[in-house]
Amino acid sequence: MAASKKSFDVIIIGAGSVGTPTAMFLAQEGIRTLVIDKFPSAGQGSNKHAIGGLRATHSDPAKIRICLRSLEIFDTWKELYGDNIEWQKGGYAFAAYAEPEEQTLKELLVAQKAFGLNSNWLDQKEFLEVIPDLNPDGLIGGTFSPDDGHASPLLSAHAFFTQARRAGAEFHFNETATGLIIESGRARGLKTNQGEYGAEVVINAAGAWAADVAKYAGLEIPVQPDSHEGAVTEPVAHFLDPLVVDIHPTDTSASYYFFQHATGQVIFCITPNPSIWGFDTRETSSFLPMVARRMIQIMPRLTNIRVRRTWRGLYPMTPDGAPLVGWANELKGLLLAVGMCGQGYMIGPGLGEMLAHLIKGDLSAKDRQLLSFLSPYRKFESMEKLK
Amino acid sequence: MSLYRIEKHPILIPEPAELIDFFWKGRKLRAKKGETISSALFAHGERIFSYHYKDHAPQGIFCANGQCAQCLVLANGLPVKACMELVCSAMRVEPVDGLPELPRVSEPQNTRPIKEMSIPVLIIGGGPAGLSAAIELGKRGIETLLIDDKHRLGGKLVLQTHRFFGSTDMVYAGTRGIDIATKLENELRTFPSVRIWIQSTALAVFSDQKVGILVEGMRYVLVKPQALLVTAGAREKSLAFPGNTLPGVYGAGAFQTIVNRDLVRSSEKLFIVGGGNVGLIAGYHALQAGISVVGLVEALPECSGYKVHRDKLARFGVPIYTSHTILSAHGKDSVESVTIAKLDEKWKPIPGTERSFACDTILIAIGLDPVNEFYLKGREFGMTTFAAGDAEEIAEASAAIFSGKIKGLEVARALGHDVGEIKKEWYETAEILKSKPGKTDPEIYPSDESGVFPVLHCVQEIPCDPCANVCNQDLIHLHSTDIRCLPVFEAKEGEKGCTGCEKCVTICPGLAISLVDYRKDPEFPIVTLPHEFFKDSIEVGRLVTVLDTEGNTLGDVEVTGVRAIKINDRTVLLKLKAPRAIAKKIAGICVQDNKVTKPMGRYVARTTDDTVICRCERVTAGEIRALIKQGYRDINEIKAVTRACMGSCGAKACTALIHHLFREEGVPEKDIVDQPNRPLFMEVPLSTFAGCGDKNEVGRGRL
Repeated sequence: MAASKKSFDVIIIGAGSVGTPTAMFLAQEGIRTLVIDKFPSAGQGSNKHAIGGLRATHSDPAKIRICLRSLEIFDTWKELYGDNIEWQKGGYAFAAYAEPEEQTLKELLVAQKAFGLNSNWLDQKEFLEVIPDLNPDGLIGGTFSPDDGHASPLLSAHAFFTQARRAGAEFHFNETATGLIIESGRARGLKTNQGEYGAEVVINAAGAWAADVAKYAGLEIPVQPDSHEGAVTEPVAHFLDPLVVDIHPTDTSASYYFFQHATGQVIFCITPNPSIWGFDTRETSSFLPMVARRMIQIMPRLTNIRVRRTWRGLYPMTPDGAPLVGWANELKGLLLAVGMCGQGYMIGPGLGEMLAHLIKGDLSAKDRQLLSFLSPYRKFESMEKLK
Repeated sequence: MSLYRIEKHPILIPEPAELIDFFWKGRKLRAKKGETISSALFAHGERIFSYHYKDHAPQGIFCANGQCAQCLVLANGLPVKACMELVCSAMRVEPVDGLPELPRVSEPQNTRPIKEMSIPVLIIGGGPAGLSAAIELGKRGIETLLIDDKHRLGGKLVLQTHRFFGSTDMVYAGTRGIDIATKLENELRTFPSVRIWIQSTALAVFSDQKVGILVEGMRYVLVKPQALLVTAGAREKSLAFPGNTLPGVYGAGAFQTIVNRDLVRSSEKLFIVGGGNVGLIAGYHALQAGISVVGLVEALPECSGYKVHRDKLARFGVPIYTSHTILSAHGKDSVESVTIAKLDEKWKPIPGTERSFACDTILIAIGLDPVNEFYLKGREFGMTTFAAGDAEEIAEASAAIFSGKIKGLEVARALGHDVGEIKKEWYETAEILKSKPGKTDPEIYPSDESGVFPVLHCVQEIPCDPCANVCNQDLIHLHSTDIRCLPVFEAKEGEKGCTGCEKCVTICPGLAISLVDYRKDPEFPIVTLPHEFFKDSIEVGRLVTVLDTEGNTLGDVEVTGVRAIKINDRTVLLKLKAPRAIAKKIAGICVQDNKVTKPMGRYVARTTDDTVICRCERVTAGEIRALIKQGYRDINEIKAVTRACMGSCGAKACTALIHHLFREEGVPEKDIVDQPNRPLFMEVPLSTFAGCGDKNEVGRGRL
């Protein structure tokens, strides 16, 4: 058996937001890469449920660094590879209608500025210049980061997949990982429902299903999904540049956000309060009434836009809202790239490139230090402020 | 009032309507109050509604049933489906050209919590099945909510001007569809336990077992039923061919809606694709509305619809091209011609057999798909869920009436009501009514040539029995309890025979019974034929061309009488003086001039891969085929790359066509991964979900 199994340098479990770009960067470095996914094509787990927001305006230094690189990758994609992934550098706008939000946003700004992020506090008048259709009533102002933006998760997942394959990565779909091959105390490959494959490195990039995959190595990792519902409208003529976020909590929901996609549709999503834990992605009756009231309130112009479709996707959450990335201490050769907390789409490309360097062994000292912030073995103390 | 209004119809009676003015591209036009924008536009010959924002392709009506979104227009600045929205006084209607501008709103509207209610039974769809089920529930005093997205109840019954087949006892056979709708509705409205919401659309069935309903196009309500019955009917299948999205290519059901419901003459000359009952009947309806039918293509060697329908059409002079297919539709901004070709035994068009015909409309009648999304979701979410009528299985409306009645009882029983035993024969009858046409016998004419008797030109086994129930002398029999067997006329020796009362001639839904009377002149007997066209279109003394059952010409004979029937059934009886040799063979007269059915001198060439598969996002067969050839099997991936299935119709029109492309490329069905069905059923303004809808401009019902 062992002699006949096909060997690779790296096997990635999961062809999603993280696994697909990681495969591309590995393959481009000449590393023989196999990606295994239980779904029928790339990005079919949670990636396709992402609404498409891309920002570097986080509070965690590692996430800021990684997402700055992701933004660069999206920004230069068309130039480098030719395909239109519907990237729009429209910025992110966090609105403040009450003092607690003003305070939170201003505090965050200090940390973000320290990282050199292009993000600024705008007063009411300035904020309304960026988003003329926002309800001015009670608006204090907000932060605006013009270098952030949004793209199509569907097209970009496909673009990463295409480039990964072009560079030589192999993808096996409709194939489920069933266990790790462990020899002499280290990972030597992967068993699936269809065969066995050898590799010195196995990456767990299984998103919402990462905890199950970790169990193959006898690991318990604190990743469990909650679910958020999103929706898309009919396309209308361009009227909105930035992705708008309202972090004001209510009794049934936390923050919600929306933007106008390059093709004219408005895409929106809301964080239910309390969180809905588990793998259930079936439609709920509470989502649309919950989000519609808030959106019309903040932007009356959305009153007449017609909702086309809704869906529900999973956020693989960690105790502190930041990803778990790094080598497993318990098993040599196993790399964790899990717990993206619903931000896999924006973290994936930058992180994928970093992981390729980590595996090749040429990660810069600075990046090595930054990556340690995401260590799976860190203490989970504070909660990420802008989930 | 307008060239395109049907002011006079042999069966339908135009009702006087209040007239209102609206504006189309700034031009003041007159509409009937209570009609849809699409019919108001068609009534002025306006068939191009908008231009697609992606490629400026002209857009017009397609389903006329709220299922697709090809008829989008701007009404007072807001995008609406022209086929569903009623025209209002002073409404400004504009084409959508490019992406519509979202109107500015200065103040946020008042939002309200969404109203929720519980009800023992929710029925989605007020067509034949839903109405019949609701009647059974109403009889038992069970609280029921029946919703329907149209402006009146009856579903597709209201489009049917012909008398129905089926069983007289069970399902009103012999009565016209429109009249059945009225009877069912009137009966239903006598039951106080049944609430009816018209113009109310189910948007989604949610996992918490609530059903989101858009009430009267304005208010959103969440209804939690103990039992859900889905009787949402069917949608028409679409067909991929070059030119398939040109305005003027639309469903046969859409055509019947415009012509029979709204009494608007949608076309001058139409061509029909599909020889099932829907296509055959649509052709008949066209002729009744004074619209020429250029021809009908059917891919099979025989029409799959009832032979009596096929024969009726053939007899009126409509050429029926079996083993033929449509190759393409042509025209600059709307349909100007159609090209057809003969098919070989492998369903491939035979080169050299192409023919083009001038026409302004092409009706697609290639079959129906059940509207069963809500049923499937209800099942998935563990609800007590039932389906009846076309939503359960595509069949005739008579079958839907009966299956609805049975399902009504099953719903009552599921809720713990004692409904007694549902008779086994009922289930058998339901199956019989659903059955496809059976075998066809050669036509045998009676040998007798004296006295008076009917000739039954009914040679194909279909579920139908009105003739056997109507004979005063009990001379027409079905020799089986199965109503599919052929009726026979049997005069008993020595007893009083046929009196020539003509009741059987009048009642036959297939117009397949003639009466031959030898009593006055055995050499030139009088033949009585049913005729569903204008009485004054045929004068006594005129020569008409008579045809046999199949539509073959027998000769010209003199009309000796034209008589309307006293009871208001709108059938006219023609009396013809015919030579003895052909008298018994006469089954109809030719009504359509053969000038319109002649092919054009040249044939218009087809193109191939530019056929539009996803009409919402304008994705072509070529784009999708290329991906399939590269190995794509997951429709989700095809969707991600091309946007096919992502448009406003919710993949209702393109899914089957994409499967067809897979088949063409030799991909087995089991390898194809479908995309999930997600809410909403149709696009609804965000404000609706915020509880802003409180205006009620057009609605009739009240919560």
